[in-house]
Amino acid sequence: MTGPIPGGGGTILTPSSGRRSRILDVGEGRRAIAIAIVSSVLFFSAIGLVIVNSPGWPRFQASFLDAEVFAASWPRIASAFWVNIRLFLIAEVLILALGLVIAVMRSLPGPVFFPLRLLATAYVDLFRALPGVLVIFMLGFGIPALRIEGVPIDPFFWAVVALTLIYSAYVAEVYRAGIESIHPSQAAAARSLGLSQLQSMRHVVLPQAVRRVVPPLLNDFIGLQKDTALVGFLGVVEVLKAAQIRQSATFNFTPYLVTALLFVLLTIPMARFVDWLVARDQRRAAVGGR
Amino acid sequence: MTTLGTEALRIDGLHKSFDRLEVLRGIDLVLSEHEVVCLIGASGSGKSTLLRCINLLEPIDAGRIVVEGADITARGVDVDRIRRRIGIVFQAFNLFPHMTVLGNVTLAPRKVLGRSPADAEREAMALLERFGLAEKAHDHPDRLSGGQQQRVAIVRALAMQPDLLLLDEVTSALDPELIAEVLSVIRELARGGMTMLIATHEMGFARDIANRVCFLDAGRILEEGPPSQIFSAPREERTRQFLQRVIEAGRL
Repeated sequence: MTGPIPGGGGTILTPSSGRRSRILDVGEGRRAIAIAIVSSVLFFSAIGLVIVNSPGWPRFQASFLDAEVFAASWPRIASAFWVNIRLFLIAEVLILALGLVIAVMRSLPGPVFFPLRLLATAYVDLFRALPGVLVIFMLGFGIPALRIEGVPIDPFFWAVVALTLIYSAYVAEVYRAGIESIHPSQAAAARSLGLSQLQSMRHVVLPQAVRRVVPPLLNDFIGLQKDTALVGFLGVVEVLKAAQIRQSATFNFTPYLVTALLFVLLTIPMARFVDWLVARDQRRAAVGGR
Repeated sequence: MTTLGTEALRIDGLHKSFDRLEVLRGIDLVLSEHEVVCLIGASGSGKSTLLRCINLLEPIDAGRIVVEGADITARGVDVDRIRRRIGIVFQAFNLFPHMTVLGNVTLAPRKVLGRSPADAEREAMALLERFGLAEKAHDHPDRLSGGQQQRVAIVRALAMQPDLLLLDEVTSALDPELIAEVLSVIRELARGGMTMLIATHEMGFARDIANRVCFLDAGRILEEGPPSQIFSAPREERTRQFLQRVIEAGRL
């Protein structure tokens, strides 16, 4: 059932596979490829020439593309980026779990589960309404300021909590869309065999639902990766904070470019992976398996 | 029919509405153990709804359903416990697409009856063997033909060793050439003494297999009797019209 993982679509010769991204689909034959290469070179050369010859270019180059500043700030900024990655990985695991719990709570039918549904709905409504920065400020500055015995004051801890609370609301909605996309006849079949509500959810509905929502989930995580930069406000020396420090030390904006590059390098593989998953699902749907 | 043994299912005055639409308007029906009863009637006459009510997949508005002496529609009954004893097979198979055939068949015995995986698999394989599906055990449902999928659905219901099996137009979604294999499975179950309530459009099959045929019309059992009487000498005009249409459609 699982096809081989394509190598990223570098060499493109067989258009019939339908496995590549559409952007790289230039058509069949050497001639088409040659035309694509020539036209790309001309097009991007023209744009490059216009930019390089524009009046502000030398100042931009000095301010953003300083090779010395780049080399000097790279190690420190890259190691600060490790903080973002740790933050992202820890929050992601917590979000996947909390989001699932909330989605299941929201999907339980019947009068008995009304309070759980209410709680889950209120949670989602609240945390989708609040600006992320606000939640990060309230938790990261507000709660340590209470000086309650035993409550952590580590900003990293509160950064993880804030991101988890915010993103779980979104992820719960993604899960719920998946749960609702599973035809009720599946639950009926499970219940008719004597499985309980929760067993039917756990063994029949959720495995199918989660599989369907992996691409949108990963999209949310691309958002999460970027929002880890908000945590710099709390004084955690993450990548953006580190870049800011370097920027004010050198009066040069190249450190921001380093930061941008790091986020791009992290996000692009993820985005391509999502594309590949979507394409795979479409292929499976076309084959006719449900 | 009294010779057939003890009462397996009794339905008294069953009513069921969906919003304003009254689908079942007072159904009374008794099934004895080892009896096979076929429900016939036009689409929308309430056959499927009746079966879904018996399996408690639909709440009922009025009346009573008694399975082997126990009122299953009483307040506070454990519906999961009741459903273990009543198997149902659906028109659209409703197999679990993310599991293999073996996974489909062993899920409920493992999770509901608490069988060990090894025991559940052994029992499932024996059933699959019996219905000619052993070599499909490790395939996913989308690799099977419609007929095979429906046979798996029957096996999945049988794995719970139900006292009563409900079949809801189980051949209606199948290509004509695949119907026979499913019907022969049901015939074998009937020979083995399984108590069955079967909603069907296959009149020839109903005539062969049923101890009794019930004609449903607009939410009521208008006429019931042995197949020989219903199919050759129906008393009610509506039954006669329905069978006439079926004959014209070449289904009898």
